[in-house]
Amino acid sequence: MNIMMKWFTRTVVAGAAAFMILGGASVHAQDAAAPPGAAPAATEAAPAPAAPAAAAPAAAAPAAATPAPPKIDSGDTAWMITSSALVLMMTIPGLALFYGGMVRKKNVLATLAQSFGATCIITVLWMIIGYSIAFTTNPDAGVNTVIGSFNYLLLGPMGLNAVNPLAATIPESVYMFFQMTFAIITPALIAGALADRMKFSAFMWFMSLWLLFVYCPIAHWVWGGGWLGTLGALDYAGGTVVHLNAGTAGLITCLVLGKRVGYGTENMAPHNLVLSVIGASLLWVGWFGFNAGSAVTANVNAGMAAAATQIATAAASLGWMFVEWMIAKKPSVLGMISGAVAGLVAITPASGFVNAQGALIIGISAGVVCYFSSVHMKKVFGYDDALDAFGVHGVGGALGAMLTGAFASNAINMTSKGWLIDGNAGQMLIQFYDVAGVFVYCAFGTYVILKILDATIGLRVKRDVEVEGLDINLHGETVHA
Amino acid sequence: MKFITAIIKPFKLDEVREALSALGVQGMTVSEVKGYGRQKGHTEIYRGAEYAVNFLPKIKIEVAVRSEMADAVIEAITNSARTGQIGDGKIFVTGVDQVVRIRTGEIDNDAL
Repeated sequence: MNIMMKWFTRTVVAGAAAFMILGGASVHAQDAAAPPGAAPAATEAAPAPAAPAAAAPAAAAPAAATPAPPKIDSGDTAWMITSSALVLMMTIPGLALFYGGMVRKKNVLATLAQSFGATCIITVLWMIIGYSIAFTTNPDAGVNTVIGSFNYLLLGPMGLNAVNPLAATIPESVYMFFQMTFAIITPALIAGALADRMKFSAFMWFMSLWLLFVYCPIAHWVWGGGWLGTLGALDYAGGTVVHLNAGTAGLITCLVLGKRVGYGTENMAPHNLVLSVIGASLLWVGWFGFNAGSAVTANVNAGMAAAATQIATAAASLGWMFVEWMIAKKPSVLGMISGAVAGLVAITPASGFVNAQGALIIGISAGVVCYFSSVHMKKVFGYDDALDAFGVHGVGGALGAMLTGAFASNAINMTSKGWLIDGNAGQMLIQFYDVAGVFVYCAFGTYVILKILDATIGLRVKRDVEVEGLDINLHGETVHA
Repeated sequence: MKFITAIIKPFKLDEVREALSALGVQGMTVSEVKGYGRQKGHTEIYRGAEYAVNFLPKIKIEVAVRSEMADAVIEAITNSARTGQIGDGKIFVTGVDQVVRIRTGEIDNDAL
């Protein structure tokens, strides 16, 4: 009873304080909020949401002219709601099962809990503040290069008919939800590097702080009107924002956490690859929401992005499969699904900018390169990236970003000019800035957050907890089958 | 009375069961076990991480028989379980002090 009263009192006090602070702030924000339609043409430069009609950006460019009221398109809206659901499915249960099958049985529930828990906490934080700082325009143009505004605290200004100029033909509620699903899966991917050894409390804190201090700024830089988008970086659906970002965070996390107990000597074979195949397949299907949905419209760009996604993914799976067949003598199931995921990752930044031939080349490259970065790099450098978050997502994301610069075609997407087809070699340098900027900031931010958490609540479970298993110790549950 | 324990390859179970049935053996106990003898395990590779698996799945059959039947039972098991490859298994014979049928209370040979 005493414990219950203690926590009940603390919850009431904390809740009252939060309510007062946030309630006061949101009232202030609603008074101060500039209507979203006033966002300047600079946000239109973000290449990820391809402009549905050439007329729209031209009409909105002169800041003095009153923009035509946005017309909600039912086809675009229907597709984007669908895309959002598909991307959510990528995390739950796609990623959850993909990772869950690869860990030992004693940790499977804890691994699923990481994806599920991340989904929930990030949804709420995105609603409270994440969307605001990532996808609104800061009134100070200088500040806006690195972060958005606080005007959308608790989504106050998001009324029924609100529209974000980045996606002018769909309701803002849908655009917010769509971007939320990206914000969910990015930190959830990091779980691949920290598998089998992190405290659940520390994990939830990590997800929250990483979302706010690493993901949201980077999303703003590339898609929300910040400096990378303005620079002309091409990242259609998140090769750098999502995959390089999560992969780099994974690398830093596994270095800070250290290797699992028994790594290198104990049998840590996947306990059920059937789950992983199901998870990978859900990721593949869901990814059409991720890539084709990043067109933010239901049109030719979305269609081409979907086709590119399918081609690259299958090619990558074959690439990994054949390389593994040659080197290890047997094509493994884990290999073929990992190859597919590598292809999905690499085509992500390119999907709306390349044609079918570019997609094929990107896919094959990703399958081959990520085989080596996942299988061999760990051994060479000696880090325990348990489920290859960096090997697949980090390396695949960076590779995809660079190949996007090489294969982007102005004929496919008029906001882009690539190197090989359009002769714009400068794009390669811009892509490199994107990769480097994300890598450096993410590595730094992730490291700081982890160190703070380690100093306060501790990151890693105790040794006997790790040996006995996370499911029974952290969650009080076990799989009996 | 003799207690016969046989470790055999799992896919041979049906053949052994039929051979014993033909001899008139009324029942047996079967369990799934792991083990190794001269047969080496295999290696699994997951994204470059190699695991040598030393224990192989086997089936253990336990059957109690009258002493005079023991030799015939051993021969039946041996013939039906043999493949000629390493890992075919082993048979252990021990003596039994007493056997009781729970339902009726019959003992020793009446309970077999």
